Amino acid sequence: MHEFVRNTSIIARREFVAYFSTPLATVFLIIFIALTGAFAFYVGGFFERGQADLAPFFQYHPWLYLLLVPAVAMRLWAEERKSGTIELLMTLPISPWEAILGKFLAAWAFIGVALLLTLPMWITVNVLGNPDNGVILAGYVGSFLMAGAFLAVGSCISALTKNQVIAFIVAATLCFLLVMSGLELVLNVLRAWTPGFLVTAVSSMSFLSHFDRIAKGVLDLSSIVFYVSLIAFALFANRIFVELKKAD
Amino acid sequence: MAVLIEASDLEKRFGEILAVDGITLEVKRGEVLGFLGPNGAGKSTTMKMLTGFLEPDAGSARIAGIDVLDEPKQAKRQLGYLPEGAPCYGDMTARGFLTFIAEIRGFDRDEAKRRVAAAVEKTQLSSVLEQKIETLSKGFKRRVAIAQAILHDPQVLIMDEPTDGLDPNQKHQVRRLIADMAADKAIIVSTHILEEVEAVCSRAVIINRGRIVADGTAEDLMRRLPYHNTIAMHVPAGRAEAVAKALSEFAAVAKVETVGTANGRVRLRALPHAGAPIPSELASLIRARLIEAEEVHVERGNLDEVFRQITTSDAGTSHA
Repeated sequence: MHEFVRNTSIIARREFVAYFSTPLATVFLIIFIALTGAFAFYVGGFFERGQADLAPFFQYHPWLYLLLVPAVAMRLWAEERKSGTIELLMTLPISPWEAILGKFLAAWAFIGVALLLTLPMWITVNVLGNPDNGVILAGYVGSFLMAGAFLAVGSCISALTKNQVIAFIVAATLCFLLVMSGLELVLNVLRAWTPGFLVTAVSSMSFLSHFDRIAKGVLDLSSIVFYVSLIAFALFANRIFVELKKAD
Repeated sequence: MAVLIEASDLEKRFGEILAVDGITLEVKRGEVLGFLGPNGAGKSTTMKMLTGFLEPDAGSARIAGIDVLDEPKQAKRQLGYLPEGAPCYGDMTARGFLTFIAEIRGFDRDEAKRRVAAAVEKTQLSSVLEQKIETLSKGFKRRVAIAQAILHDPQVLIMDEPTDGLDPNQKHQVRRLIADMAADKAIIVSTHILEEVEAVCSRAVIINRGRIVADGTAEDLMRRLPYHNTIAMHVPAGRAEAVAKALSEFAAVAKVETVGTANGRVRLRALPHAGAPIPSELASLIRARLIEAEEVHVERGNLDEVFRQITTSDAGTSHA
């Protein structure tokens, strides 16, 4: 157990530092902060609403993550396979789980840094009024969990290809479907020709519906379980894909 | 001597292609095994199975007595591996990368520092230690990857083309490094540079189409050449017959062949009885008695010829 934690954290540390050794980190962080701000202020009407909360800020996170998280995830395994370092990594005395979890946690921590850099939003709203900080905290936790789910899907797809662009496009498409599955638009189409339980199943897979509930301050167990189990499932698939494709 | 690398009946199939078709070999402590074969013969695939990177479809591999499939972590601890193309994390500095490897190998901070310093000294990397690996020349990159493989002073070292793409000086350095480490390790070196086998390997295995087609010392392999240890010479065309007759009277000589005529001179070749080396005195005797002969020398053949002969003659009969 001790060894597992040790190895995972060594892998995670290396990965995390790797983000900052290229311009990727800077570019990502600037764009993330600019876009979250722009959406909250211009599209969400942060000031015009006249309410002291961060709802217009969190509201657009699923759509932002749709593009930005696959960009963080795409290199995790694709680059490793392309450069051949996967052969080095997998012949070190570590287990595949330590490598997969270490990489995932590093990328998740990186997104965590991006989220932390939006704290001025929280400060602003506290200066301007008296928001319910519990709701805001729930929003951050929900947003971080949702990012983790996007990320696990992206990491899993990244293990399937050597090409980072393909990894990005496929992961973004999958994430798009996961977000869209909660929209009435999609559900109505399904309702016309599928049994009711399937519609419920599809809508319960939606990132949007789960995130909406959390962002409203309802940090309910089912949403947390949803994101956590999605992460677990995607990482499990990731493990299988790494094993299947490492030698290609 | 302890057997440190064992492969038994390793098999690996990629789709329709049988890449490795039943390879069995043992490498003992103190041995440096040269792994030869044409491109695509299955060298790298075999090494990937030995190191536990690839799972064999059949057969097993043991490193220092530990099965790589049953106890992968334990086996990998005993192993230093230089993968083909010497991949490293290009975005890290050489020091950062080696420190990462030392940490993942379980050394604490001080020990990691000491290990990195020792590996850096052996591979002469100190001048580029703070540079990003992706900015290094091919030779330095290769040496970083070698440093990574020897950092924990493993009992078993498996290196896939360690001198590929290096200049002659760097090749010499790497070979000397391998030779220096050879005494207390079991080493496998794959290569298609045959002079390398003569330079560092105590044994050579040639594989073709996934099977071992030859196994022995460099000398053993060269003995398989039909013209190994023959004596060749040039004589003026008019004297050729007389010289050939004189040669065939020596007890050690089994046969005299005329190889060809050029510029009024005939090239003769004296073959010894099977396997028996022609004593060097014979060569001097010839020089003394047949003054007209020029360029008398013993043909040893070279590994390139053995390699070509074995890997092409086998092609027609191979079942793969």
